[in-house]
Amino acid sequence: MSEIANINLSIIILLLPLLGFFIVLFFGKKIEKLYLVEVGIITLAFVLSLVVGFSKLGTYLHQDLLYSFTWIDFGNVPTIGNLHIDLGIKIDNLTVIMLFVVNLISMLVHIYSMAYMKGDSRYSRYFAYLGIFTFSMLGIVLTDNILMMYIFWELVGLSSYLLIGFWYEKKSAADAGKKAFLTNRVGDLGMFIGILILFTNYHSFSFDYIYSQMSAGILPFGSEAWLTAAGILVFMGAVGKSAQFPLHVWLPDAMEGPTPVSALIHAATMVAAGVYLVARIFVMLTADAMLVIAIVGAVTSLFAATIALTQNDIKKVLAYSTVSQLGYMVMSLGVGAYTFAFFHLVTHAFFKACLFLGSGSVIHSMHHEQDIRQMGGLRKKMPITYYTFLIATLAISGVPLTSGFLSKDGILAGTLAFGELTGHWLIPIMGFAVAFLTAFYMFRLVILTFHGTPRDQHKYDHAHESPFVMVLPLIVLSTLSIFFWYTPNPVSPDAGWFASQWVTTPHTVVPASSSFDFMINENNTHAETSEHGVITHSEKYMHAMHWAHYPAMILSLVLAGLGILLAFTMYQWKKISPDKIAESVKGLYNGSLNKWYIDEFYNKTFIGGTLNLGGLLNWFDKWIVDGIVNGSAAFTRVFSKISGYFDSYIVDGLVNGTAFLSGFIGFHFKKLQTGKVQTYIVLVIFSMLILFYFIGPF
Amino acid sequence: MQEEIRNKKLEVGLNHFLTVSVVLFSLGLYGVVTRKNAVMVLMGVELILNSANINFVAFSRFGNFGINGELYALFVIILAAAEAAIALAIVLNIYKRFANVNVDEINNLKE
Amino acid sequence: MELYDIIFYLFAAITIVSGIVVVNAKNIVHSAFSLLLTFFGVSGIYVLLGADFLAIVQIMVYVGGILILLLFGVMLTNKITDVEIRSGSFQVFPAIIGLAAFAAILFGVMTSTNWKTESFEIPATTTFQLGRLLISEYALVFELLGILLLVALIGAASIARRDKE
Repeated sequence: MSEIANINLSIIILLLPLLGFFIVLFFGKKIEKLYLVEVGIITLAFVLSLVVGFSKLGTYLHQDLLYSFTWIDFGNVPTIGNLHIDLGIKIDNLTVIMLFVVNLISMLVHIYSMAYMKGDSRYSRYFAYLGIFTFSMLGIVLTDNILMMYIFWELVGLSSYLLIGFWYEKKSAADAGKKAFLTNRVGDLGMFIGILILFTNYHSFSFDYIYSQMSAGILPFGSEAWLTAAGILVFMGAVGKSAQFPLHVWLPDAMEGPTPVSALIHAATMVAAGVYLVARIFVMLTADAMLVIAIVGAVTSLFAATIALTQNDIKKVLAYSTVSQLGYMVMSLGVGAYTFAFFHLVTHAFFKACLFLGSGSVIHSMHHEQDIRQMGGLRKKMPITYYTFLIATLAISGVPLTSGFLSKDGILAGTLAFGELTGHWLIPIMGFAVAFLTAFYMFRLVILTFHGTPRDQHKYDHAHESPFVMVLPLIVLSTLSIFFWYTPNPVSPDAGWFASQWVTTPHTVVPASSSFDFMINENNTHAETSEHGVITHSEKYMHAMHWAHYPAMILSLVLAGLGILLAFTMYQWKKISPDKIAESVKGLYNGSLNKWYIDEFYNKTFIGGTLNLGGLLNWFDKWIVDGIVNGSAAFTRVFSKISGYFDSYIVDGLVNGTAFLSGFIGFHFKKLQTGKVQTYIVLVIFSMLILFYFIGPF
Repeated sequence: MQEEIRNKKLEVGLNHFLTVSVVLFSLGLYGVVTRKNAVMVLMGVELILNSANINFVAFSRFGNFGINGELYALFVIILAAAEAAIALAIVLNIYKRFANVNVDEINNLKE
Repeated sequence: MELYDIIFYLFAAITIVSGIVVVNAKNIVHSAFSLLLTFFGVSGIYVLLGADFLAIVQIMVYVGGILILLLFGVMLTNKITDVEIRSGSFQVFPAIIGLAAFAAILFGVMTSTNWKTESFEIPATTTFQLGRLLISEYALVFELLGILLLVALIGAASIARRDKE
């Protein structure tokens, strides 16, 4: 398939969900079954994305397909020169993989929702929202410039807001929607400033153009500090969207939305957009920016994992686990393990979507019970849900033969190598701690939900396996959590096509002086990199990675095994009472249970602060501003008295005189205006006579 | 008759016809300007149109324009018919509203 | 004085005298009937000018159509039981002065202009010529006039019946 055909197909893939959105939005109320059109459209988009994916990865593996056109041409702008804003799409390997992931999960969620949302009063509108979300997400993935990315970024935020608050009759859902939107705005503000810095300096939004300028040695405002600032500011957008600390607070609340939405948006795709953004700007990150990103990611992932330990709501556990895994990806990008970050993004999308849809299946059959303390023993009632959930749990815990093991192992090896090369050992330590905690809390979740004896007999009796359209996505997604889709070798992703061929670390454009030295390969130039897809890290880094590979694998295996073992000891065999442990570290337990009081802290500081500031301003208004206003009013009153006398005698005299004069003249001229058309005709005749007299032939 | 007309030295020429036209035109305009009844005003307009038609036909006859002048006169007659129909409809509406058709009393334009 | 001239003066007199009656009669019905005479006079002038078809059209359309329409207008806008179907004039003097001057100027223009009068060979019957022109050179105008008449018809009907709803 030719390049242009690939590009055209991509545009069709992009626009199909939008079409579905409009169709369902406008006609969904009239025609009940119209949501099937939306499902069909997404399926078609998925098939097309498969076609594009095969074509791109088969024929144009090391070549980017580009298409752009001038959107606004400002012409010759003073002090800048020719300024024009281009829009376009860029299809590289990241893009087609994301296209595949987004469309696949979107399709599965559509299918799943047909059963899950059945009977909802806004059934068709729900599908319309899913359509607009898919459209915006595909837009982020396909764009070749940061402006369009920002636009679609906001569209994604909007559709996320609409879907979180979908059941807006519930106050908590409406609040959660607002919270998500506002929290995202904070991050987006940073991203916007970052975009402005880039645009002010390069007069272009195109990634490729900006990077080519940077690699030519042109830095923002000529300084590397500004480059670092631009990188961190744009990364702030990702902090908001990917729920990184300290803007992670919205994601757990977003679980108020319908569960399939949580699977699609708040687990698999939208939150991954932040990681995707960091991957896009990866080449312009300086060493300082990367360190910041690595620390933010590591802190987030450890922080969220500790909270997930004690949560009792099945979706909350998964939400914090999502935050934790996103932190993993961000950390991975920060330590330079670009390939594994993206690899983890894809594998996580599949197994986390599976987990969420599985939890949705449980919630559905338990009649909207979300508390895992009320569950238990569901294994026998819902075998398919249980086994798919278990496979996804194994994957997220990093057990061999799963996809999660491969990607997680890669990330941990990356952190180890990073520690070895730079001395930042805290990051790998946090990473390994998270691996342990993840295995523990995920198995706690599985054991409490599916094993043991039912704790709520009544609900247990009513539980049942979900309908076919709901378990089908679970089966597909759990299958995708097995290793052989990604590599033939179950212990090392290096042999696989994904990590070694499709996604390779791009060459950094940052000057050598402000980049980690291991990011620069002494032997390879940029051109060679793009031709052969050779990993651009230095020899030293390759050695470090090689060295880190087996220790990381063994360590993570041991830690995951320990976590699983601990979970079984505490919850399955009941050898250790969780309550006793909670009692002995009461402070820590309460901290984790209450999410380390971050929400309360924000309430006190930002929201309370805003309220106090409002109160202060109110006081200021009341006493100072009002005082000034009242004082000036009194002064004005006296002054106006004086000017009033002046007005009524001198000015009015003049005005009345003028008015009288006009009235006098008007009174006499009025007689000419009879209102009779015929009089006017006579006047016209006389006027013509006069005209004849002056200009006539005589 | 054509032969006769051409052969004889006739007293009546273009100017005679045009004189009739001028008089008729002035009379029509006089009617339009002075009469109070709207229907009478319309009759004045018809007189004006007739005088114009005489002009058309006369020039067509004495000028070297072929028969086109007569055709224009024909068009004028058609227009006059349309105009009379519309104008009378308007007059009827005026009558419904003011209970008379005296144009001099209908002077809402004044206020 | 040839017969032709006498006939011309006759028709011109009919036209002008009845025209004066039209614009001066107190009774509107009288005006309407003298308008009939005026139309006849004009029609006769057409004949003298060799426009036979036009003369017939003048009689048929003006007398048979427009005049009847005007009479309807008179009847509908005056109470028929009221014997006084009268209508006055106003601003007579300014109008007479103005129009006399106007007519004088027109007359002056007419006489002072040196008209190029080449007598045109008028065919024995103009109907054929007119018909041919209507469907060839003036076909578009013809169609437009047809549409105009239709529009006028519908418009007149809708204006006159408006407040029936």
